Amino acid sequence: MPPALVAEGLTLTVGRERPRQLVSGLSFALAKGETLCLAGESGSGKSLTALAVMGLLPRAVRVTGGRITLGDTELTGLPEAAMRPIRGDRVAMIFQEPMTSLNPVLTIGRQLTEAIRAHRPVGRAEARRAAIAALDAVRIPEAARRLEQHPHELSGGMRQRVMIAMALALRPDVLIADEPTTALDVTVQREVLALLADLKDEIGMGLVLITHDMGVVAEVADRVLVMRAGRQVEEGPVAEIFARPAADYTRALLAAVPRMGTAARADAPKRRPVLAATDLCVRYDLDSGVMGMGSRRRVFAVEGVSFEVGERETLSLVGESGCGKSTIARALAGLVPYSGDIVVDGRNAANLDRAGTMALRRDVQMIFQDPFASLDPRMKVGDLVAEPLTIHALGSRAERRERVADLFARVGLSPDQMDRYPHEFSGGQRQRICIARALALRPKLIVADESVSALDVSVQARVLELLKELQEAFGIAYLFISHDMAVVDQISDRVAVMRLGQIVEMGTAAQVFDDPRHSYTRRLIEAVPIPDPSRRTFTGARLAGEIASPVRARHDPPPRLLLRNVGGGHWVAEESEAMAAA
Amino acid sequence: MVNRNASPAATHPGPADPPAGGADPAGSGEERRRSLPARLARRPLAILGILVILACVAGAVFAPVLTSYEPDVPLFEGLTLTGAPLPPDADFPLGTDLLGRDLLTRILYGARTSLIIGIAANGTALVIGTLIGAVAGFFGGFIGSALMRFTDLMMAFPALLLAICLAAIFQPSLWIVAMVIALVNWVQAARVLYTETRALSQREFIEAERAMGAGTARILLRHIVPHLVPTIIVWGTLGISTTVLLEATLSYLGVGVQPPTPSWGNIIFENQTYFQSAPWLVFFPGAAILALALAFNFVGDALRDELDPTQRD
Repeated sequence: MPPALVAEGLTLTVGRERPRQLVSGLSFALAKGETLCLAGESGSGKSLTALAVMGLLPRAVRVTGGRITLGDTELTGLPEAAMRPIRGDRVAMIFQEPMTSLNPVLTIGRQLTEAIRAHRPVGRAEARRAAIAALDAVRIPEAARRLEQHPHELSGGMRQRVMIAMALALRPDVLIADEPTTALDVTVQREVLALLADLKDEIGMGLVLITHDMGVVAEVADRVLVMRAGRQVEEGPVAEIFARPAADYTRALLAAVPRMGTAARADAPKRRPVLAATDLCVRYDLDSGVMGMGSRRRVFAVEGVSFEVGERETLSLVGESGCGKSTIARALAGLVPYSGDIVVDGRNAANLDRAGTMALRRDVQMIFQDPFASLDPRMKVGDLVAEPLTIHALGSRAERRERVADLFARVGLSPDQMDRYPHEFSGGQRQRICIARALALRPKLIVADESVSALDVSVQARVLELLKELQEAFGIAYLFISHDMAVVDQISDRVAVMRLGQIVEMGTAAQVFDDPRHSYTRRLIEAVPIPDPSRRTFTGARLAGEIASPVRARHDPPPRLLLRNVGGGHWVAEESEAMAAA
Repeated sequence: MVNRNASPAATHPGPADPPAGGADPAGSGEERRRSLPARLARRPLAILGILVILACVAGAVFAPVLTSYEPDVPLFEGLTLTGAPLPPDADFPLGTDLLGRDLLTRILYGARTSLIIGIAANGTALVIGTLIGAVAGFFGGFIGSALMRFTDLMMAFPALLLAICLAAIFQPSLWIVAMVIALVNWVQAARVLYTETRALSQREFIEAERAMGAGTARILLRHIVPHLVPTIIVWGTLGISTTVLLEATLSYLGVGVQPPTPSWGNIIFENQTYFQSAPWLVFFPGAAILALALAFNFVGDALRDELDPTQRD
């Protein structure tokens, strides 16, 4: 059988006066019914390769060598007018963020039928039937009703299913999926990946899956192409690559992937609490109406959460998006109003004067998810790291500068980089800058909100290592917030699993990961892709119901979960019959 | 504890951090040490703009030295025998106006009025607009709504009518006219800066500042306002020509700078009906307004780029 998609020596170049190759001499062949994963870290050229296939390269980037062939059609050099009927019909693409790829003001039905009618001479009624069939194919319940809905009425996983339905409605020969599950929760990711694999077999198309996640690669790939800085590092069958990686880079990449259940477990001694949160609640009203009156719906973002973080301890909050973990971080940083008690080092945050509040701010520092977004782009990084010292009026200018130089060395940056601006650094370096800033005041607790999620795995591994070193050196406690179970498994002493604003299970990392008692915890752990192709755990596409939401009627708080100690500080929420079944 | 030195990549095996931005660190190090004037000096358009502005200022300041005529004295030899204005010639380089006054002299003296209006009125309008926009955007809530509804009210009110009222209440003088124009012109800037501040205050680095315990004043002045600078500059340069022309309109309606004091705007208005028979009367002051507005535009663009660290190459 001839391959569905072939790239031969594909070379992409940016710029005319000082041309720079972004992808150099890339070759691969994709058979029908096969899944090829393009794996690599950011900047490796995997997305550009996909755009080149689609004929959607940015204006500044040109194909300067090689060719791409789809079936018997050569795509490189094809004029836009000839490319248009092919795109969407014979080769389709889905993107990372389903919300931004769907038009928010048009109904799902309108967008689907338009895509169909752009390529097929069919009437409205027939296009509608095809659209319903496509939604059925991606296992969306009540397909006919969905046609009338707008994108914002669907959950993230549902939206990505709609995108897939749209891409597959015309049964293309090749589907390119660019990080299709990166923005989704693990349980949803699992469903979407299983669905893609199913549909690929059903339609008999070739699937190019672009991902940075070696766990995803191991779960779905037939063959893997590892890319780095625009070059092909290694290509081969997935089992081969994982079992016997030939290139050093592949080995390093695989070594950096966090794996569940590989962390050394130490018994957590009882420690003096640095932070104690008791019965923490954060609620806010929606559709506020006139002057805040008449609101009927309320978000119960955090509902009666209690936990402690001890000296030199790392407590992780894990859970899927919307579970309230980041809201807790914001409450601790004084960014949202809350009820309940937050006690830091014996001082209650609620009833403090200005000086007390400032002292509290000194003790609790925060590291955000996106290091670039959390650094003022108009300030030099040296000034940014000195910012907390300046705010709290500590030291003279010269002393502050010396302190900052110290911190730079501490987090693995060179002090002569102090006069640069944030955009001159890489993602990993920027996060080091944020860490240096958080350390400046010698806090007792650092709240790290998804602080390594935006980083490539190799960079992530080094930042995690740095965080551990700093904990040893300064005795800092961490409240580590993440959706990534494998990372949490690596770094935590204790773990609290959250769902819908409440803790469902809390205990040492060993208790929670090795002996999960709550059904939700078990589901989360099972959903984590395992970076080992010999241990595939796919069990077909499960039909997802609507995800439960923390938005409720204003006077109807969710029922409080009762935590029961099952031994050794391992707390598990009691489950009702309904929850266990869900 | 591992002692880490300069490069994190050096102490760890495995894939290195990808290089940032593509900028060559050594090259941009050189760039960073250069001062703002030095960097501006490398932009030809900025230099041109600065020269034009300096020429206008010099013309205004040294008007009595540069010309031997008086701006408000009609000259007998400034008119033809039939009483028509003279086109440019050796005695009157830019020609004369309907009353036989030297046009170059009037433009030089008019630069005083127009520069004061263009810079003072426009500057005041920007300060008011920034203050109201930033405060309303940053605090939001009741303060924000109140300030913005007031802005909407001012916007809905016919600007010319308001200016006429204000100018009628106060005795028209150059400074009063400047203030009147400022009070009318801050509205658009406030509106735009409000929207931008709202977006800015949601950004994560502002949140990070709050989490560090930074006070309101510090966040506003050190982290919000610097990010508004590009917009302020664009509005400022756009405002130069509109304010100069608004002054001309007010003069025309008799509530602006009082004749015979010249301003570029009122020279155009006095003479616009003779556009066909004596085109120089409108062309030269018009060219002066255009040159000044363009000059501020060039300098503003250059400043905006140079003040933004991410825009430097």
